[in-house]
Amino acid sequence: MAQIQSLAEAVANLVNDGDCVALEGFTHLIPVAAGHEIIRQSRCELTVVRLTPDIVFDQLIGMGCAKKLVFGWGGNPGVGSLHRFRDAVENGWPHPLVIEEHSHAGLTNRYVAGASGLPFGVLRGYFGTDLMGRTETVRSVVCPFTGEELAAVAALTPDVTIIHAQQGDPHGNVLMWGITGVNKEAVLAADRVLVTVEEIVERLEPRPGGVLLPGWIIDAVAEAPGGAYPSYTAGYSERDNSEYVRWDGISRDRETFLAWMDEHVMGGSTAVGR
Amino acid sequence: MTTTSTARGERSVDYTPDDMMIAAAARALRGYRVCFVGIGLPSTAANLARTTHSPDLVLVYESGTIGAKPSRLPLSIGDGELAETADAVVSVPEIFNYWVQGGRIDVGFLGAAQIDRFANLNSTVIGDYEHPTVRLPGAGGAPEIAASCREVIVLVRQNRRTFVEQLDFRTTVGYGEGPEDRRRFGLRGAGPTLVITDLGLLRPDPATRELTMSALHPGVELDQARDATPWDLRVAADLTTIDPPSEEELSRLRALQATQGQG
Repeated sequence: MAQIQSLAEAVANLVNDGDCVALEGFTHLIPVAAGHEIIRQSRCELTVVRLTPDIVFDQLIGMGCAKKLVFGWGGNPGVGSLHRFRDAVENGWPHPLVIEEHSHAGLTNRYVAGASGLPFGVLRGYFGTDLMGRTETVRSVVCPFTGEELAAVAALTPDVTIIHAQQGDPHGNVLMWGITGVNKEAVLAADRVLVTVEEIVERLEPRPGGVLLPGWIIDAVAEAPGGAYPSYTAGYSERDNSEYVRWDGISRDRETFLAWMDEHVMGGSTAVGR
Repeated sequence: MTTTSTARGERSVDYTPDDMMIAAAARALRGYRVCFVGIGLPSTAANLARTTHSPDLVLVYESGTIGAKPSRLPLSIGDGELAETADAVVSVPEIFNYWVQGGRIDVGFLGAAQIDRFANLNSTVIGDYEHPTVRLPGAGGAPEIAASCREVIVLVRQNRRTFVEQLDFRTTVGYGEGPEDRRRFGLRGAGPTLVITDLGLLRPDPATRELTMSALHPGVELDQARDATPWDLRVAADLTTIDPPSEEELSRLRALQATQGQG
């Protein structure tokens, strides 16, 4: 049953060095505050997983928390590159980053398989692309009914999945709505689950398109108002597009990046996890 | 931004090569019912089509928004505006497994950093994979969009950096090495049926599937297209020149662009 904890407590309890940590949220509901807490607690050697790594992953990578990235599309949406991600891949800064890349459909089906208790997921894809030879977690499988050859992707079962949602209740039940991406599957595929929420309310009210995650599949719920910024939380905040544009300038230069992180994330502390 | 003006025609309406690409892409959507949209030129083009000739065009974004009717151009595929105006918002597994792979999308838009003569696309790396010169964002939804949408329209600039003899990485299959490969790879859609560049339009040869210049934008000479292409560019016997953006297209486009990334 989920514990209601502070974000610092929850990250300390649930995220260990070397863990495979999925932080999902598809443009909407990105768990940025939780990512910042991981950075502040100097977690290292993490395998970080996300369909669409964006600013908070650029920060996790640039601050040296990640040794491996599993992903589908790593960019600053509508703006351009993730400069810390590129610096890690192109120049090995702050240290080399192992990458495992998939198509979105492939990585999505890895979560689906993990959530379903299956060893692999199946899809039409990958054949004819260079992704196939680059990624150990993609093979081919023959359909026992039709004989058709299909792509098989290994189940993904993160040690921890972290998502952001609108509301939790005192029992740790969680309600999210709007674009929910692959959040439900990432949660159900994981060993441990942390959900940050905009607020804890007495009672969750059903709503159209709402996805309810029962408290008994969650380990910790932490209140983190505005915890998706500069991403957004439908019903609570709007996406700050200008911050995504600003990030391009901040992240281009290593020193500018580190100074920004020190001021905005580390709270002036120098305990940078690198 | 370079501004060119129409080479022919009495009225001199100013427009950019991007405007021409967007107008051509919007026109190409006429007659389609369901369009899978990415951010950038495709989203602008799809919304231009929706606000001009195809008001009922169903826009599907990868974030799970089906039937989005944005009043402002989104900066990302998951902008709240898309969810708020959509007929339905579904999960990402659903979008890929039921809607794309399920064969329910008529046409998908793709861009790329590199394209080859068989419309295979690279959006992964420039240079060696292990030690790339440029690490690009990666595959995203492109491979399955190209695999399973009934048709694909590619939007790329035509120059020797983008048009290449050999891709540095094949992220997405167009026609592989020729007419048999899509079937061999189990790809059920028809593949890229139109490539729109800043110089004109290319279509796959019906027999060989090699991209063939089928039309030029106004004011573009065939030699420019040849110079921009590192292989011996095939040219359609009935090469045409397309119409420049109309005043209506441009005014609607400007109105859309004025909303870009707002809110």
